[in-house]
Amino acid sequence: MTETNIKITASPHVRSADSTVKIMWSVVISLVPVIGCSIFYFGPSAILVLLAAVAGCLLTERLFGSNPGSVSDGSAMITGLLLGLCLPPGFPLWMAFLGGFFGMAFGKIIFGGLGQNIFNPALVGRAFLQAAFPVAITTWPAKSANWWSLQGDNLALPFMSPVVDTATAATPLGNLKFGDDPVVTPLMDLFFGSTGGSLGETSALFILLGGLYLAYKGHLNWHIPLSIFVSTFVISGLFYALGISQFPPLFMLFSGGMMLGAFYMATDMVTSPITNKGCWLFGFGIGFLVVIIRIWGGLPEGVMYAILLMNALVPFINRATQPRLFGTSGKKKEAKS
Amino acid sequence: MKGLPSFKHGVHPPENKEITSGFASKRFPFPAEVILPLSQHIGTPAKALVHPGDHVERGDVIAQAEGFISSTVHATASGTVKSIELWPHPNGGMAPSIRIDVDPNSSQMRRQRMVPRWQDVKEEDLSKEIARAGIVGLGGAAFPSHVKLCPPKDQPVEVLLINGCECEPYLTSDHRVMLEMPEMVYEGIRIALKALGISRCVIGIEANKPDAIEMMRKTKPDDLDVTIQPLTVKYPQGAEKMLIKAVMGKEVPSGSLPSAVGAMVQNVATAANVAAVFETGHPLIERIITITGRGIKNPGNWKIPFGTKLRDVIEHCGGLTEDAAEIIFGGPMMGLGQANLDVPILKATGGILILSKDECKRQDIMPCIRCGKCLEACPVFLNPQLMGQLAKAERYEELVEAAHLNDCMLCGSCSFVCPSNIPLSQYFAMSKTQLRRLPTS
Repeated sequence: MTETNIKITASPHVRSADSTVKIMWSVVISLVPVIGCSIFYFGPSAILVLLAAVAGCLLTERLFGSNPGSVSDGSAMITGLLLGLCLPPGFPLWMAFLGGFFGMAFGKIIFGGLGQNIFNPALVGRAFLQAAFPVAITTWPAKSANWWSLQGDNLALPFMSPVVDTATAATPLGNLKFGDDPVVTPLMDLFFGSTGGSLGETSALFILLGGLYLAYKGHLNWHIPLSIFVSTFVISGLFYALGISQFPPLFMLFSGGMMLGAFYMATDMVTSPITNKGCWLFGFGIGFLVVIIRIWGGLPEGVMYAILLMNALVPFINRATQPRLFGTSGKKKEAKS
Repeated sequence: MKGLPSFKHGVHPPENKEITSGFASKRFPFPAEVILPLSQHIGTPAKALVHPGDHVERGDVIAQAEGFISSTVHATASGTVKSIELWPHPNGGMAPSIRIDVDPNSSQMRRQRMVPRWQDVKEEDLSKEIARAGIVGLGGAAFPSHVKLCPPKDQPVEVLLINGCECEPYLTSDHRVMLEMPEMVYEGIRIALKALGISRCVIGIEANKPDAIEMMRKTKPDDLDVTIQPLTVKYPQGAEKMLIKAVMGKEVPSGSLPSAVGAMVQNVATAANVAAVFETGHPLIERIITITGRGIKNPGNWKIPFGTKLRDVIEHCGGLTEDAAEIIFGGPMMGLGQANLDVPILKATGGILILSKDECKRQDIMPCIRCGKCLEACPVFLNPQLMGQLAKAERYEELVEAAHLNDCMLCGSCSFVCPSNIPLSQYFAMSKTQLRRLPTS
């Protein structure tokens, strides 16, 4: 009898088939339809901007990440894709690359890498770009007739003024908030994506499908998007009914970064609460902040800052929503002699 | 299967029970030597009564229980006591054990003895008879059964719960007990009910054993107040607190025994063996054991005398396959990995699991991504994520006081679901060991 190959380990001796790497890559796969949709609407520009953001993230992870293998865990890939998807199609590539670098380096690696960060790294990159290049990031080029032509100013050189004068078009949110002739974009256009906006913001349908797939696989906590949608709908509906805001509640849900933010950014496991109860609170907070920023803020869009602000509160939410121990009333101080 | 009672949280490991569930149990041949550790139960080790050279018959007392929480050990085969020495123990390390050279010419007939009819034994004496027979809980913990039958006076037991869940994947020994000896289980129930002075009993069986549920229903005596309750298939359904929650809807208060909610839980195999004591007068010397996993050539269910060495069991079951990777006493979730083929089978060994390489793949440990799956798995609502961090940092005091380590029963659900393969349950087991070593202040 051979005894040489027997290992001795502590129980449990079997593991579920799930793995962090698998979760990460299935998120990437679920984004494929969203990416395809943005390429369909925005042409090669979409590919270039996404590639630039992804390159910035992967390179930064490879250079500064905790170990050389951490690039392959898929998390840097997700950050890159998500960052790219919330940039305008005509965004200069060098800026997208820089955003990827900043998001990874200062949003994640500086905290200690995967699992240690407080803020969603893609949104950190996006916030950095918003602060550094406020004009470029709010320039939405009008759709060109030719699918093959590049949008806007993709190939601008670093720190040069734009070379191309682009015709711009407003996003549905910008139009309704700042436009001279505000109109509510029809829901169907928002749903299928034939509107202006960032690469991944335009088609609610494909994001919804990707999100549902992830929720079905158990790789996404559905409590978060649901509570965001419910709170956004209820709060904005209330303001709309009172005549305070011009945003109809359904328009609120399907416009801007709402879908992408609710399904992909807010649900980032690392930066969202650990308990379901906490996720309800977290999602409610995001919905509330989005409505406030969209109605009264100086920006047309508020999803990014709403999520980042709630990210900062996660440790406190976690502390406040610890599970009730089995066989106790759940009160903090138990009578233990 | 929906709508059946259960508990909150828990996990669904692959069951793999089909490997052995169809094999009727067969008698295992007597080995050349049996090794009987003085400690096969929770509590004080028994005190040896025999000396090297003594002849013992199958069923003779060879070690006497020491104190109340202890259990008597009997010779599981006729032969000659070879020595009493330190021998590898399945729980790890060495333990004093009685080695018996089995007489190859013995018929292994058990000594005939006077058996009292349990109906004629007084309530309070029943538990003494059970103690004399060395019966311990056969569900895995091996807690002396007579202790359980004497609950604290201020917490009267109202319901006897018979545990036929067998929620550990792979194992089918309890399943076979219910199929092969349902009358014995019911007889055991009668005795336990009489000892406790109650009349109500519920048998909880996971719904993945429809034939066992059917058999128990078919053989149910009309005069007994017994309910057979099918339960959701979910690990750890067979844990005492989870079974009580599923059947009675009550949570056993943290730090308390089941008697706090008026319940007493007994495993089906234990019940059957309690019956055997009064049926035949024979003590606990053998049981049905599942030998399973894809690392053994001929899996099956066997009636094996305690003290049989792991080596003999494996040899008789055709040996290990090429890709055998782990040998475990118990199931895959809570079983103990074995390092030595000379360890003997104990009273609480319900199964021997030999996993092949494919069944227990190791993956790299990744950083925690705070997905919260461990919180959703923990049946007692702990926060394994936080506990894992505290355990890793060796902050044991906080682990006990703020994170309730003592409520953790090491069921392994958190480690099972963790996508980053963080050895959470293993950390907690280690922390408990470390805490026991610390001087109590």
